[in-house]
Amino acid sequence: MDKQPVKFYQTGTFTVGNRLLAPDERSVQANMTRTNSLNSGHRACQGCGEALGARYAIDAAMRAANNQVIAANATGCLEVFSTPYPETSWQIPWIHSLFGNASAVATGVAAAMKVKGRKDVRVIAQGGDGGTTDIGFGCLSGMFERNDDVLYICYDNQAYMNTGVQRSSATPPAARTATTMPVGPEPGATWGQGKNVPQIAMAHGIPYVATASVAYLHDLEAKVKKAMTIHGARYIHILVPCPLGWGAASQDTIRLARLAVETGLFPLYEAEHGEVVASQKIRQRVPVEEYLKLQKRFAHLFGKQPAVETIARIQAMADRNIRKFALLEDR
Amino acid sequence: MLKQTEGSHAMAEAIALCRPEVICAYPITPQTHIVEGLGEIVKSGELDNCEFINVESEFAALSVAIGASAAGARTYTATASQGLLFMAEAVYNAAGLGLPIVMTIGNRAIGAPINIWNDHTDSMSMRDAGWIQIYAENNQEAVDLHIQAFRLAEELSMPVMVCVDGFILTHAYERIDVPDQKQVDAYIPPFEPRQVLDPREPVSIGAMVGPDAFMEVRYLAHHKQMRALELIPQLSAEFEQKFGRKAGDLIKAYRCEDAKTIVVALGSVMGTIKDVIDDMREQGESIGAVSICSFRPFPTRQLHDALCRAERIVVLEKALSLGIGGVVSHDLHMALAGTTVRAYTVVAGLGGRPITKTSLRTLFEKAQQDALEPLTFLDLNQNVVNREIDREKQQRRSGPTAENILRDLAAGNAR
Repeated sequence: MDKQPVKFYQTGTFTVGNRLLAPDERSVQANMTRTNSLNSGHRACQGCGEALGARYAIDAAMRAANNQVIAANATGCLEVFSTPYPETSWQIPWIHSLFGNASAVATGVAAAMKVKGRKDVRVIAQGGDGGTTDIGFGCLSGMFERNDDVLYICYDNQAYMNTGVQRSSATPPAARTATTMPVGPEPGATWGQGKNVPQIAMAHGIPYVATASVAYLHDLEAKVKKAMTIHGARYIHILVPCPLGWGAASQDTIRLARLAVETGLFPLYEAEHGEVVASQKIRQRVPVEEYLKLQKRFAHLFGKQPAVETIARIQAMADRNIRKFALLEDR
Repeated sequence: MLKQTEGSHAMAEAIALCRPEVICAYPITPQTHIVEGLGEIVKSGELDNCEFINVESEFAALSVAIGASAAGARTYTATASQGLLFMAEAVYNAAGLGLPIVMTIGNRAIGAPINIWNDHTDSMSMRDAGWIQIYAENNQEAVDLHIQAFRLAEELSMPVMVCVDGFILTHAYERIDVPDQKQVDAYIPPFEPRQVLDPREPVSIGAMVGPDAFMEVRYLAHHKQMRALELIPQLSAEFEQKFGRKAGDLIKAYRCEDAKTIVVALGSVMGTIKDVIDDMREQGESIGAVSICSFRPFPTRQLHDALCRAERIVVLEKALSLGIGGVVSHDLHMALAGTTVRAYTVVAGLGGRPITKTSLRTLFEKAQQDALEPLTFLDLNQNVVNREIDREKQQRRSGPTAENILRDLAAGNAR
């Protein structure tokens, strides 16, 4: 199908207001009948990327599954801020067991639905980057390998925010956390470490893997919707800025999520059965400084003597992603 | 049906008759034969409507069980030893959430040093986790306790561990009566969960509970255990009525009438103990035994009543609480508070060390003369121990203890 490139200048960001779209193209979130699966009144911080991501993802999943969704949740911010009983934000059946077992619990729920003949019920597991890329990784890999009928959503804010911003295997190099302080000859998180879980998910050959960002909510919803049309193990990794942990202004959550994509640091792509099938092209390429400067966790790179070499290494990471995922081609 | 079969296989058949809907399997000796048997029963189609899941760890095994049980499926898994420790976090979680999972423990020692043979250290390490713990004396009882366990778990909405001595029971071939499907169906009604994840009626399970309510939630879990003290004898009696044989119950007394000395133990060692008691009774000795089937909940009152008229008790423990001694003994001290009964703790059979009739006979005779130390280690090779203690005195870098001892034994230095 030929596509007519259209630019919208209202927001200066190429995003499109729902009002400009036909009703069937509008987001689930814009629809009056959205389920508010993660309802208002929860205790997330102002500007929380995870709350936003979860709200969009789960409502989109509910729409796609005709409201027949059960979710298992890892310990973490999302769990804590959503269920300070007797208040719960969850309008769906929801279980929290442990930090490291959300995917296994979801496997159990899916098995139960299968024996009960509830083919209509879909199962989601969700957790932060700590619960996914670190402590929950064994169970996650097991769930992938068995190709259990579970959609796992990782809300990645790049550190253990719930316990006070400690380094996880998703923390980027040079970032300040409470356990990677900006002191010594190599300030911030160590280089050459960390785990790229979307790529590891792909290596399992599971039917669907995608990365998404809370700056591109239409895209996020579309990926969730697509994942819900598929059976077997699926994985969506959503970058969710954390104002507290990143040392950023609450109103900059969306801007940061967008800059992460436009610098190339967080590539948006989809993969099926281990192969990349689509990636979102960068339309306004941005140098990494613009992204880093907005965050206090990188402030030590921009002191009286800017850490030019470190910034160049981060730029090289972005450039590598751009090459690897062909983020500038097909313009 | 009576058959000559391996304990594990008979247990697998009995568990299948209980119609589990989700089974999680991860291999660890000596429980492997049970889940292997179940795997075959499910794969062949003999047990339909059951998901058999080969998971990647014990932590996942119990976590999958937690999800399945919370979603309303009758759920089973099995483990032992290191496996139980690896899933420890989920063991507490399953009980805290009140999920009626049934899990077999093929009782085995915990390392280091690594050891695959039988003792009770593994299940005893989880005694405070909130699971009901019942111990089987023989393979017939192991079969029967599993059937009672599903009923007990679901009636109370709490998980049950059926503890079965590794190898001694799991790998023993015996004559076992495996009931038929009709009998089991008449004993176990369909699973009606107290709480269930269902999109038709959404609930949140596993919320954060603060200081304002945590005590009450924990108290109610204790209260359930206390209710189990009433329910276990009832279910055992109903089982006897329906299946025509006795199994389970809280405790079982053996030749205790007017016994001055009573031996207390759990599990399969009761067989050997009973043989020794028969021999001693024949020679006019005043000795009996009490077997504890339900370790959690602990039948404090029943044990008090069974033991308070004795002059002394000998608690034979297949576990060692390092730094103090017995595990069961301490609970028994509470049961015997205010009495004049003398209690001797004997740690025996660790890591599969055989507990022989000869050793027990000598031990019980010593006990009758009150010539036992408060804490005794049955058949401990004191020479081996002394050599290692000396070595440690003589040199700073004395090397790894277990390997030193094995070298001494191989060289014949410590007879």
